[in-house]
Amino acid sequence: MSDRIFGVVGILLSALFIWRATVIQESFMSDAVGPKTFPIIIGTILGLASLYFIARPDAEPVWPRFTGLIEIFMAIVVLIAYAIALPELGFAITTAIATAYLSWRLGSPAWQALLAGLLTSGGLYLVFRVILGLSLARGPFGF
Amino acid sequence: MEVLQSLADGFAVALTFENLGLALIGCFLGTIIGALPGLGPSNGVAILIPLAFTLGLGPTPAMILLTSVYYGAMYGGRISSILLNIPGDEPALMTTLDGHPMARKGRAGEALTLSGIASFVGAFFATWGLVFLAPLLVKVALLFGPAEYFALFTLAFATLGGIASRNQAKAVFAAALGLGIAMIGVDGQTGVPRFTFGEVHLYDGIDFLVAIVGLFALSEVFVFIEQAATRNRGERHQDDHPKIGRILPSWSVIRSCTPSMLRSTVLGFLAGVLPGAGASLGSFISYSIEKRLVDKEGTFGTGDPRGVAAPEAGNNAAAGGALVPMLALGVPGSGTTAVLLAVLLSLNITPGPLLFQNNPDVVWGLIAALFIANFVLLALNIPMVGMFVRILMVPTRFLMPVVAMVSFVGIYGISGSSFDLLVMIVFGVLGWVLRKLDVPLVPIILGILLGAAMEKNLRRAITISNGDWTTLIHSGLSITLWVIAIVGFVLPIIVGPALRGRMAMRRDEESSAVD
Repeated sequence: MSDRIFGVVGILLSALFIWRATVIQESFMSDAVGPKTFPIIIGTILGLASLYFIARPDAEPVWPRFTGLIEIFMAIVVLIAYAIALPELGFAITTAIATAYLSWRLGSPAWQALLAGLLTSGGLYLVFRVILGLSLARGPFGF
Repeated sequence: MEVLQSLADGFAVALTFENLGLALIGCFLGTIIGALPGLGPSNGVAILIPLAFTLGLGPTPAMILLTSVYYGAMYGGRISSILLNIPGDEPALMTTLDGHPMARKGRAGEALTLSGIASFVGAFFATWGLVFLAPLLVKVALLFGPAEYFALFTLAFATLGGIASRNQAKAVFAAALGLGIAMIGVDGQTGVPRFTFGEVHLYDGIDFLVAIVGLFALSEVFVFIEQAATRNRGERHQDDHPKIGRILPSWSVIRSCTPSMLRSTVLGFLAGVLPGAGASLGSFISYSIEKRLVDKEGTFGTGDPRGVAAPEAGNNAAAGGALVPMLALGVPGSGTTAVLLAVLLSLNITPGPLLFQNNPDVVWGLIAALFIANFVLLALNIPMVGMFVRILMVPTRFLMPVVAMVSFVGIYGISGSSFDLLVMIVFGVLGWVLRKLDVPLVPIILGILLGAAMEKNLRRAITISNGDWTTLIHSGLSITLWVIAIVGFVLPIIVGPALRGRMAMRRDEESSAVD
């Protein structure tokens, strides 16, 4: 079933891709092939492979149960929040929080996770900013 | 010997204080990355590319650092195979068969040292193979026109799934997806934007480093989170680690393993050079052939030292062999060499025959660095193996967050924009879903990397022939390439199931013989 759904998504993707390829603005100067042909070939191949998934699906993969999906979803949310907050709040604070969260969800007790967050953030700051001199995101306090 | 002269020049480039230091750091990090279950050569190199890039390293130092990581990871994979019976990376799978039984018998130290020596033999002679074979391949590649290159790219995609590929349709899907992603951005030849949906960030296209780090490194983090959620809380599997025992194997053991190492080196190297084979198959073939040749008493699978030496020599030789097509043709044959290709491209160096002419210092400096890395690795791995074992004990619940954060630091360092970080997360999630569905990730990377060059060669070929598409199959060379591509694509569908069955069977057989 997963493969069939995947196949349908693939076909939609290929249709979208081919449609977007046909509406590419042609420039006045063009070669014999033009900017549309290769993308259309690729889109077609994508669609054919997807048709195969619908016709001959593989065995069902083991999906995580509902709690597992929630875990993944929450991790994604935290990472997105991290990506957005990074330039605003700076490297040190955001990294400590994100690391602590991930470490906690990977099975560390809360206090260990918190410590892991602080140590990881501090350690990476030391290695990349102080020793290697990379520019990390600066927050309102300068770190 | 023109080749030896070039190599000597290469050593002159590589033997600077900075480069030696980078080789040392790279080997050290690589061994750790290879030893950790879940992180292999390709994700290890992937995480470190953005860093090498933001550090402002020149092409040669950056390549030296990252190929040291690559070789180091190939060495390191054996440590957890032997001690924990968990392969550190896929090619190290065959090493578990005799390595872990040896460890159980209290000969873990010997197994580690012996496999270290075997890795050295394999990688050292494979690097010599690279020295002599790559320039020959370059001579052939100089005959290539756009039509031949287009055929060569197709060949690379067709054979990438490998002989043991499970589902060729999924490999095709992955390749097309990667090529499609490569089309995003302004068309290089006519200057029109494609698939940008008016988003300015997309005019430059999707940065392949962002895609690589997302697909390889970040998706791994999601896999671990999923496992943590599925595993029962409280159940903490604490393996009793076998004692290391004596470190140095006796001379008679080393002598008895030498023929196995040498034969496996040749086989592994060939498996590495050939498109679609790679290190996993290299170690599998080496082990199988050795078992057939020397296993008279049926000791393979119960801790025979030769069964440790053969696959390790084989997979490290294959790692060296895989660099031949990557450097000489610009077409990688494996996941990690695809990632190394990304390094070169991001440093504005296009591998292929012209690289040998225009940047001999890069090529030969790199090859010299491989020799140096080998000796460094041998020196690191034998006396310090105990330290790597201790690092292996750091639980993943502390390690994986670090991996995630290093990925973010690297990508943020390149562009300084949240947009790229968000794209990376999207690729991380995509990578997790595709892994679940058994879609290989390497063709996606290769598609993103080669898409622009593939299209350029196609359009150039057709333009030269005034719109005649049959030009793609005009020369004998291109017809040969097309035939290899078709055979390489169809063969796994025919022999794949049988071969995979044997690989799985052998593993079950051997491990059940132990328990």
